Amino acid sequence: MTEELHDVRLTVNGVAHDVRVPARRLLSDALRHDLELTGTHVGCEHGVCGACTVLVDGRPTRSCLMFAVSAVDTEITTVEGLTKPDGSLGPVQQAFAECHGLQCGFCTPGFLTTITAGLRENPTPTHEECRDMIAGNLCRCTGYQNIVKAVERAAALQQGTSVEEPA
Amino acid sequence: MTTKLMGTPVQRVEDQRFLRGKGRYVDDVAVGQDVLHAAVLRSPHAHARIVDIDVDDVLDLEGVHAVWTYDDLAGPMAPRMAEPLPLLIPHPALTHGRTQYALAKDEVNYVGEAIAFVVADDRYVAEDAVGRIKVSYDFLPAVVGIDRARAATDLVHADVPGNVGARLEQNVGDAPAAIARAPHRLELDLTIERSACMPMEGRGTVARWDADINRMQVWTSTQTSTGVRAAVAVKLGLDLGQVDVITPDVGGGFGVKINHPWPEELLVPMAARALGRTVKFTEDRREHFISSAHERGQVHHVSVGFDDEGRLLGLDVEFWHDHGAYTPYGLIVPIITSTQLLGPYKPQSYRVVFESLYTNTVMVTPYRGAGRPQGCYTMERTMDAIAAYLGKDRTEVRAVNFIQPDEFPYDQGLIFQDGRELEYDSGDYPASLEKIKALIGWDDFPTFRRSMAAAGRKVGIGLACYVEGTGVGPYEGAHVHIETSGKVKVATGLTTQGQGHATVFAQLVADELGVKFEDVEVVTGDTRRMPYAVGTFASRAAVMSGSAIHLAAKRAKEKVLKIAADALEADPSDLQIVDGVVSVKGSPGTSIDLGTVSVLSNPLRYAFDEASKAATQFSVGDPGKPPVPEDEEPGLEGKDFYSPERATFASGMHAVIVETDPLTAEIKILKYAVVHDCGHLINPMIVEGQIHGGVAQGIGGALYEKMAYDESGQLLNASFMDFLMPYVTEIPDGIAIDHLETPSPLNPLGIKGAGEAGVIPSAAVFASAIEDAEGFPISAMPISPSELFELRQTREETP
Repeated sequence: MTEELHDVRLTVNGVAHDVRVPARRLLSDALRHDLELTGTHVGCEHGVCGACTVLVDGRPTRSCLMFAVSAVDTEITTVEGLTKPDGSLGPVQQAFAECHGLQCGFCTPGFLTTITAGLRENPTPTHEECRDMIAGNLCRCTGYQNIVKAVERAAALQQGTSVEEPA
Repeated sequence: MTTKLMGTPVQRVEDQRFLRGKGRYVDDVAVGQDVLHAAVLRSPHAHARIVDIDVDDVLDLEGVHAVWTYDDLAGPMAPRMAEPLPLLIPHPALTHGRTQYALAKDEVNYVGEAIAFVVADDRYVAEDAVGRIKVSYDFLPAVVGIDRARAATDLVHADVPGNVGARLEQNVGDAPAAIARAPHRLELDLTIERSACMPMEGRGTVARWDADINRMQVWTSTQTSTGVRAAVAVKLGLDLGQVDVITPDVGGGFGVKINHPWPEELLVPMAARALGRTVKFTEDRREHFISSAHERGQVHHVSVGFDDEGRLLGLDVEFWHDHGAYTPYGLIVPIITSTQLLGPYKPQSYRVVFESLYTNTVMVTPYRGAGRPQGCYTMERTMDAIAAYLGKDRTEVRAVNFIQPDEFPYDQGLIFQDGRELEYDSGDYPASLEKIKALIGWDDFPTFRRSMAAAGRKVGIGLACYVEGTGVGPYEGAHVHIETSGKVKVATGLTTQGQGHATVFAQLVADELGVKFEDVEVVTGDTRRMPYAVGTFASRAAVMSGSAIHLAAKRAKEKVLKIAADALEADPSDLQIVDGVVSVKGSPGTSIDLGTVSVLSNPLRYAFDEASKAATQFSVGDPGKPPVPEDEEPGLEGKDFYSPERATFASGMHAVIVETDPLTAEIKILKYAVVHDCGHLINPMIVEGQIHGGVAQGIGGALYEKMAYDESGQLLNASFMDFLMPYVTEIPDGIAIDHLETPSPLNPLGIKGAGEAGVIPSAAVFASAIEDAEGFPISAMPISPSELFELRQTREETP
């Protein structure tokens, strides 16, 4: 039995990639193994832990619950796409570094993408809203204390950025 | 002088790659290269004899390269692959130790046991192939749970009578006699259920056989590179020198990754060698649940005798430890329970006996805390029971039993998990108690309780104390190399799974050598860089490798000063090193940078750049002496090992205020406080992070997580949907932390381990607080709202 393959164009972090995949290939696997973007991590493969979260057209999406073939005609952002073009850390990444928001780093990419989208929707969250924003992602190392701080710090950094940068 | 980095919250260097998505975890290794993927057929039955395995359909599947069952393991190249996996920590009391085979031989003893191993073009095809394997079984009765193991109506292993792997007793004085004579006596039965580490990254292994140089390279998500290396060499019939094990970034361990070799850690290199291709195995979450390891399941019976003040006169503890189907990690977990149970207290006499029992479930190896949470729970429940019996404040009963600060070193008279005396090196428990009372507001709680009661709300306060033996031996080593660029490369053999070793160890080296923090690069867990090492467990990395690195840096510094003194025509004692430059104190103009010292340390025949010209034979050296002095080696390096006499004992106390809903029995955390004493802190930010994580994991273990086995040995909650790990919503918003820094006299930095502490008192502290809120004893943990609700119902029905 030969598996039928599909030609798919995946647009990730602004770059188009043409891949040939079977229909059952998960988006998470396609990103990691076909596109070699290994920053997206797979923690449970059943959509609970959130480590594999990427942004699909700006919305946080569990890439382990989506087929690569379903991601055509979308714009995907992975953790690699959160770094600024000059290679420096984006505001959410920077906030995690400052607040010790990570330990083993495995769940971190999913938090970073989720918070990036969350702050886009709500740039000035309250403390309670910061906790809500990360309530769908599992971390086994940090006890979340410093991740909540990092959300608040990221919001502050982004506010600062938008003030400094001309519109 | 350069500012000392020891004790400062330096930001982590490893975060730069993690935050960019540039971490290198085991499943990221060899991505984009020609790699084959493995999948494992696992037993769907808890106990059965294997009658036949039919793999005929497997190789017909396009993309499948090979399949192995037990019968294929033994070959002339690697005859020992067919032997049982190693029993890692033998003990005289473990009279009936059993380990599994890399692939099951004749019998399976838990759901998840590996039966066949398939290698294919990708994981999808490999799993398709696994689905084509047909196994016929003869079913055997499954032994699940401590009660059925003790009853021994059925046996897990036919040749292990009573399902008892080991029985171990230790005595200090005559506890039964002391209890019989005591003015007051109590008996308690206390149980605690199974949980598991559940790192976000599961297990995984990649192996590449290089036929050109006859060498095996293995990447594995482990807590011990050297352990895996030795096992792979022995099992595959290779010389140790032919095997390199590299531990890449590891997505959490919490204990489970110290066990080794997992079947896949042998099968993957075996397949890589047989097929001449790179082979990768990455387990999925269900596999992690059913085929790695669990911990915590124990039943305890306590008899205690005490005086009117609550002072212990005799303590007699008997407990039963469920170690699952096999015993690769020996008796470490129950030995730790039986010794660390004593915590900060001095019972006048103590007897402890345990039986380690087989069940047809996933095997047990240490999970963060490693038997201490059970011991702490047993002791602290006993303290609370004594206080309740005497009508005393729970802190008073504890205080009268504390070892006092002037009593250290304090020998508990027992043998600890490392085979050494259980002798506490230092601590200040009365000071910790004062701090925790202040932090949680112990003395104000009655007022708070009254005001909450007036509003129809029910609250309780709990407290728990623990002592943790950290930094057990045998040793760790370190190698410090100052390159001709002046950059410092540091290697230590134990591994890292999120503790920030690259940061804290660089802090130590920067301090000792007088170099810039950013010029120090630390590598861990790579046997090519440091082949002698033990591993990361028992909160030992900072103590063991930290001390070794400190000592190695000291050696490198001695050499720097010697060479620099020659070059500067000064006395070594007049030199200082600041920001990588050696200078004569008081005359900063007379100086030489570390890179140049490194050049001079290695007499050359051949120059390769401008700097190295300075070290060639017509430039340096006294023609009357050998270029490398006797007793010296070329190169600017320092290597040393740290091997302490015994463990160092950290300690701490946790307290919590909970609210229990009068109707739904929902348990809510209102305040959580931690006082922690791990000696001198290297990086307080990282220590606090460890505490936060431990507390969260402890909350999971106390209120949410358990392994739900049914009577046939099926794990019913083997997914993140059903095994309830805490999200942020289950963790309190803020954890109050206070530190005490009682230095250890056993190591040069005065440090103690910090990694496991946060999780040790959780079951104890929640049981204490819920009992306080409800007014009836809590003797089984974890406890869910439904279980608390049922307890209330039972008490109403049988007052």
